[in-house]
Amino acid sequence: MSLIAGVDVGGTFTDLVILDPATGGLKMAKVPTTLPNQAGGVLAAFAAAEVNLADIALIVHGTTTTTNAVLERNLCKTGLITTQGFRDVLELGRRTRPQAYGMKGQFRPVIPRDLRLEVPERMDALGNIVTHLDEPALTQAVSQLRDQGCESLVIHFLHAYANPSHELRAEEIARQLWPNDHITLGHALLSESREFERGVTAAVNAAVQPLLQRYISRLAHDLRDQGYPGSLLVMNGNGGMVSAEKVAREAVKTVMSGPASGVMAALATGRRAGMPNLLTYDMGGTSTDVAMIREGRAPVSNEIEVEHAMPIHVPMVDVRTVGAGGGSIARIDAGGMLRVGPESAGSYPGPVCYGRGGTLVTISDANLILGRLPAARFGVTAEAARQAMQDQIAMPLGLSIEQAAEAVIRIANTHMAGAIRMVSLSLGADPRDFALFAFGGAGPLHAVALAQELAVPRVLVPARPGLTNALGCVVADLRHDFVRTLNQPLDLADIARVHSMLSAQEAEGRAMIAAEQVQVASIEAEYTADMQFIGQTHVLRIRLPNTSPSREDLQTLFEAAYFARFRVDLPSIRANLVNLCVSVIGRRPEPDLGQLIPISGRSETLLPRETRPVWFNGWVQTPVYWRDHMPLSATLSGPAIIEQMDTTVLIDPGCHASTDHDGNLIIEVPHANT
Amino acid sequence: MPTPKIDPVTLAVIQASLQQICDEMDLTFSRAAFSPVIAEANDRSDGIYAAEDGALIAQGAQGLPVFVGVMQFSTQSLIARIAAGITAAPEPGDIYIVNDPYLGGTHLMDVRFVLPYFRNNRLAFWLSNTGHWPDTGGAVPGGFSASAISAEQEGLRLPPVKLFKRGEMDREIWDIIRSNIRVSDQRIGDVKAQASALLVGAERLTMLLDRYSDATVAQAIAEIRKRASQQMCKLITLIPEGRHVSRAFIDSDGVVNEPLTIALSVERKGDRLHFDFAGSSPPCMGPMNSVRATTLSSVYLAIRHIFPEVPLSAGAFEPLIVENIAGTFLDAAYPRPVSGCAAEVSQRIAEAVFAALVTALPDRVTASPAGTSGNFGLGGHDPLKGRDYVMYQISGGGYGGNADHDGLSNGCSTIGISKAPPVEIMEQNFPVLYHRYALHEGSGGAGQHRGGFGLDYEIELLRGNARASFVMDHGRTGPQGALGGQDGAVNRVEVTRKGVTSVPEHLSKAQDIALTPGDRVRVRTPGGGGYGPPDQRDKALIEEDLRLGRYSAEASNRLFRA
Repeated sequence: MSLIAGVDVGGTFTDLVILDPATGGLKMAKVPTTLPNQAGGVLAAFAAAEVNLADIALIVHGTTTTTNAVLERNLCKTGLITTQGFRDVLELGRRTRPQAYGMKGQFRPVIPRDLRLEVPERMDALGNIVTHLDEPALTQAVSQLRDQGCESLVIHFLHAYANPSHELRAEEIARQLWPNDHITLGHALLSESREFERGVTAAVNAAVQPLLQRYISRLAHDLRDQGYPGSLLVMNGNGGMVSAEKVAREAVKTVMSGPASGVMAALATGRRAGMPNLLTYDMGGTSTDVAMIREGRAPVSNEIEVEHAMPIHVPMVDVRTVGAGGGSIARIDAGGMLRVGPESAGSYPGPVCYGRGGTLVTISDANLILGRLPAARFGVTAEAARQAMQDQIAMPLGLSIEQAAEAVIRIANTHMAGAIRMVSLSLGADPRDFALFAFGGAGPLHAVALAQELAVPRVLVPARPGLTNALGCVVADLRHDFVRTLNQPLDLADIARVHSMLSAQEAEGRAMIAAEQVQVASIEAEYTADMQFIGQTHVLRIRLPNTSPSREDLQTLFEAAYFARFRVDLPSIRANLVNLCVSVIGRRPEPDLGQLIPISGRSETLLPRETRPVWFNGWVQTPVYWRDHMPLSATLSGPAIIEQMDTTVLIDPGCHASTDHDGNLIIEVPHANT
Repeated sequence: MPTPKIDPVTLAVIQASLQQICDEMDLTFSRAAFSPVIAEANDRSDGIYAAEDGALIAQGAQGLPVFVGVMQFSTQSLIARIAAGITAAPEPGDIYIVNDPYLGGTHLMDVRFVLPYFRNNRLAFWLSNTGHWPDTGGAVPGGFSASAISAEQEGLRLPPVKLFKRGEMDREIWDIIRSNIRVSDQRIGDVKAQASALLVGAERLTMLLDRYSDATVAQAIAEIRKRASQQMCKLITLIPEGRHVSRAFIDSDGVVNEPLTIALSVERKGDRLHFDFAGSSPPCMGPMNSVRATTLSSVYLAIRHIFPEVPLSAGAFEPLIVENIAGTFLDAAYPRPVSGCAAEVSQRIAEAVFAALVTALPDRVTASPAGTSGNFGLGGHDPLKGRDYVMYQISGGGYGGNADHDGLSNGCSTIGISKAPPVEIMEQNFPVLYHRYALHEGSGGAGQHRGGFGLDYEIELLRGNARASFVMDHGRTGPQGALGGQDGAVNRVEVTRKGVTSVPEHLSKAQDIALTPGDRVRVRTPGGGGYGPPDQRDKALIEEDLRLGRYSAEASNRLFRA
């Protein structure tokens, strides 16, 4: 047997998808996540799927261990040794405040001040030694941090990206004194200038490294104990995977592991469905993640800030989070205006309709009141949701309960659509050229309305919206990203060196993929350059056709991309070549996803399981279909509701939906203007 | 015929969409701009204004706070000049350029573009944006001349003129501008970025109007304005009736070494808030004057820091009445120099507002923040690179303690939202070496919730001769404590030349101090004011600050021991 398993641990559920590449057969399981040791849930998922671990060839794992540790500041005790005069860089940041308006707010550095020590040493910006490393002082500092009980150590010197010799020598000395492997060098993860961003990236890496290592080695051990013979791979935030033995060394790269695998699933699904341009839209209980896939490529950024003043500058899939989810609270503000979010009832106490003590009306309550969610699932609390809507929104605005609920949803949709539009615009694309890929528990309920708002012509709801991240682990590729900084006027750049740098990066990536114990169908490389006009600070990322573009090719490609983005041409100004980037991707054999919804359960004809009143500017008797029973090739027109285990799809009047060979639901959304 | 009442949902959707249009203009402008002040520091703002009276309809959420009211005044001034026949009437495709501080502006470096938006051959809106250009001519590169005594020394002054006529740029006007500013070859990029942002806004506005109809959008705008005003009125009634007074001081005007006083009395009358500046200093000789638009905008942005929930709309400002600025340095007329108004005077005005209202609104208002942009300019010649340079080091300071917690350390200026540049980038670009970039220990004003800490940095000049200039503030008195809290530490500048250390005569302001290699400049920026009596501070927090070395043992005992 050569089964491939993808297992994703989320905040609430641990999801498992097991694929048999030979037959396309699939098994799935969803079990509660166990905390603090997520391994319990992972093993429980395999038990629930009733598979023998000995039959599995490969397990790919998406984990929120490091994400949670960072967001909850549940970090290991970590010490920092840095250049004399600069220990406060991690605390001072870049002089920002959390909100544009309001002079309050706090910031807690990743490493507290008493664990940040200085030693005499100094490089200048060109990498020349100004002050030699004071080795006795370094020895003293390392011992002090060890004796203070630090589990992890960061060595971060100014301008180490230009000359790492002091960091490397300091590491040599520290290795002899430090009780474990947990030493992170500032330049090792990110060899770029900007001492705050590089320092925070290194500090976060060090502070989550012991946690991740403990968790992954325990999980690997438990899996082996249960008879699993293969290797364990872990999803990185760049949408590629890395072996369990190596993952902790660059632990910070797993901080966006979960969202990245969702985007990978969207990519594979879209490729098979012939839709290479997707806006992915994952709406959960408290927040919504949005990313943009263009021409079948995931957007990777190395400038993500995971929260205020917490920049993590390693390549990660560019997923943006919007503070709106099913639990977002609706209320009337002091000016009498209806507002939705960003405050959320979360999953506890949650929306009124959950019956867990929530009293403030939320988006989910509005969906229930309008008949979009099945009232039967909520029982007596549906009435409580109506009462709350009446008291909190309908009465103050002089609306009926249904009108109030509709208003809550429209406003939430306007905000989410605005956020999606900002994401696509900031990446230089027009949302009208995309399909909306809707997943997560609440995404498919709002997707059609959002598509209308954004003038997006179609919506793709995958077969298993609630298992998207786990599926992403099954289909993801191996991937290594490289960035080299040049920062030179194009006209002065040594073009031969540009070509050799691109080739060298590609060769290194190919070697790394060849070394993994994973079967790949092909290895591909993508080449990009970050460029700007001389005098600018922002860069635009340009795709290169190969490793040997000429100087004029580069200028022309850049000017064309710049004009497409800003409609500005500046023929008198030459370009600056900032970064050369290569992504090497080991494509895994394309899996057959045709059985995500088992053929056996499908009906011959399309029949609703019930009809119930749903509000579309008035109550409309609406057919409700059970997704697993829909015929292989079905077409239908809105209004309609399609329910399945993990989500509900709402199809508005005037829209037409059809299913495809993978069980995807494709909804065509008409627009007045197009 | 009475129009039917607009439904609340359409209203909220149109409000969010107008906001969205402005945010998109902001984003386009920053991303395409060349000036790092615009691209990195977001020293720019974009908005939509009413055709007839220039009233603010919506403005980008990430615009520089000090522009919150300014563009409304500059649009109004343009409308008045067109009505009077001084400025040519708008036609489709036109874009005006203006930077005159006395026509609803700030300082000369803030260049405004105004696009008349036509619909069905009728002027329907104005779209406007402001961007801080790195240079607009004048005595010193960058325009911040600490010893200027007239506007001409500060740069090229443009009344509103059409830089774009019916969609085409006027090459002759551009040639005049280009010939009068430094590093002009890159400015064409900023001009195109600034215009492109307005065109993006116009395109999106058309989509909105097509979708909801002109009449509905107009109705929504009127309603949003009314509601913002109502919301502000309601919040104002949280303030007890009566007069709330404060004073704030500017170290000097840079020319005459005497403090300038802002005297403020805030009084709530019903649901209106009156800001009376009677008794403030008369116009000054140096560049620390403010113009009317900047003064009003500073009051508005201070209130917005206190009531951030009120949407940006002309209605939000209607209940705020500013009085008795005529005859003071807060309403200077041509040719008084004004380069310090946007960065420094504005923050002192905001501080006066905070200090006046912190007792009345103790949960919302903080003790005073550092309130200076900390501008240190260094200009010279780098023999290694064979070129001249102008370096700006801006810096943050401590924020005020507040009802919830201690103040933030090294926060951005009250009127800005920009990041400070990394030390590594500064050393790459300029012949300097930083010896320290650290917390200004002991600077947070003592209090139950202490002020945040300022910054302590020291720079050595490595190569070539250079001249240093400083436009900072709070060198004489620290940011004010509140409700029994103590003031934050003062700003301190030290210049060490050939081993001899001195402090500038004006403490926080100086121009053209000659430096040679090996000379050093050390700046310690202000800490925030403390909030509440220091003896009420939680013992554990006192211990923590001590353990982390934020205060020396001696200072901790002196400041916090009851």
